[in-house]
Amino acid sequence: MSFFDYFRSKAQPTSAELAKERLQIIVAHERGARANPDYLPQMQQEIIAVIKKYIAIDQDQVSVQLDSNDDCSVLEVNVTLPD
Amino acid sequence: MAKIIVVTSGKGGVGKTTTSAAIGTGLALSGFKTVVIDFDVGLRNLDLIMGCERRVVYDFVNVIKQEATLNQALIKDKRTDNLFILPASQTRDKDALTQEGVGTVLDELAETFDYIICDSPAGIEKGAQMALYFADVAIVTTNPEVSSVRDSDRILGILQSKSRRAEKADEPVQEHLLLTRYNPARVDAGEMLSVSDVEDILAIPLLGVIPESEAVLKASNSGTPVILDSASDAGQAYDDAVQRLLGKELEHRFLHAPKKGFFQRFLGGK
Repeated sequence: MSFFDYFRSKAQPTSAELAKERLQIIVAHERGARANPDYLPQMQQEIIAVIKKYIAIDQDQVSVQLDSNDDCSVLEVNVTLPD
Repeated sequence: MAKIIVVTSGKGGVGKTTTSAAIGTGLALSGFKTVVIDFDVGLRNLDLIMGCERRVVYDFVNVIKQEATLNQALIKDKRTDNLFILPASQTRDKDALTQEGVGTVLDELAETFDYIICDSPAGIEKGAQMALYFADVAIVTTNPEVSSVRDSDRILGILQSKSRRAEKADEPVQEHLLLTRYNPARVDAGEMLSVSDVEDILAIPLLGVIPESEAVLKASNSGTPVILDSASDAGQAYDDAVQRLLGKELEHRFLHAPKKGFFQRFLGGK
């Protein structure tokens, strides 16, 4: 860093910091998907298809999540209904 | 009992073959009988990097298909004692590698060798899966760059779920991070992920950091593993990595750019 750089604003993260932040997010997301059983994406699609038969919703208004605790797993289906 | 080491990465062009050649040569120099196997069927290059491309007669697939014996296919390195190369087939496709076939060849090699280095092809297809399936140790070769780090994480997932050790619920494959093409000056400038950034994300122990070096291209130009260029930074860094693999504790080198003089710093010159 040169003498003149000290006068520039420091608010911008460096490109390496940006890279690390983006990687941490995508890697965490992909590790989460890896831990899920194979059938989860297919089941999500089918749940959406069933709801769509009755209510007009978008793909991103439904979230399906599987959380495993010590002795039980919880399947959480979250549907945001349109007004 | 032979140790099987896979050199893998997911992404192409990060330095798997350079690393396989260097680590294989380093282990042989340390007195261990070592074979390096090229798993990149159809795109073999280990022979070229190790300078034995004109001595290839039979290959890995010939041995699997029992068209040649292992002794006919193994190429003895001319420079380094205890070092052998098993080249990949250039004409067959990747389906020629079957799990039983690869397993049989590795079993036979394990009778006489101390270390078996499997140079994985890029990607996560059959060839890459076969290269890592039988591994005891994995050297995950990574560049300090987003796509390489992400692909390395993907490969770690495959090691933890699809390797023989994972399938048999044995002790897991020992994972090591080897960071290659590292440019300390760019790290200092905030333009490149640092060693600790990559360690934070991948969360596996660090085997070594190989600096971006002119010596690597020079070595591949002449077909000499870069570890033999003991005057070069990359050669020394690979040598350190081999010693760490053998259990020595060495401090990591080449992590910082050479210090600039006062006037250079003041004026921001490169």
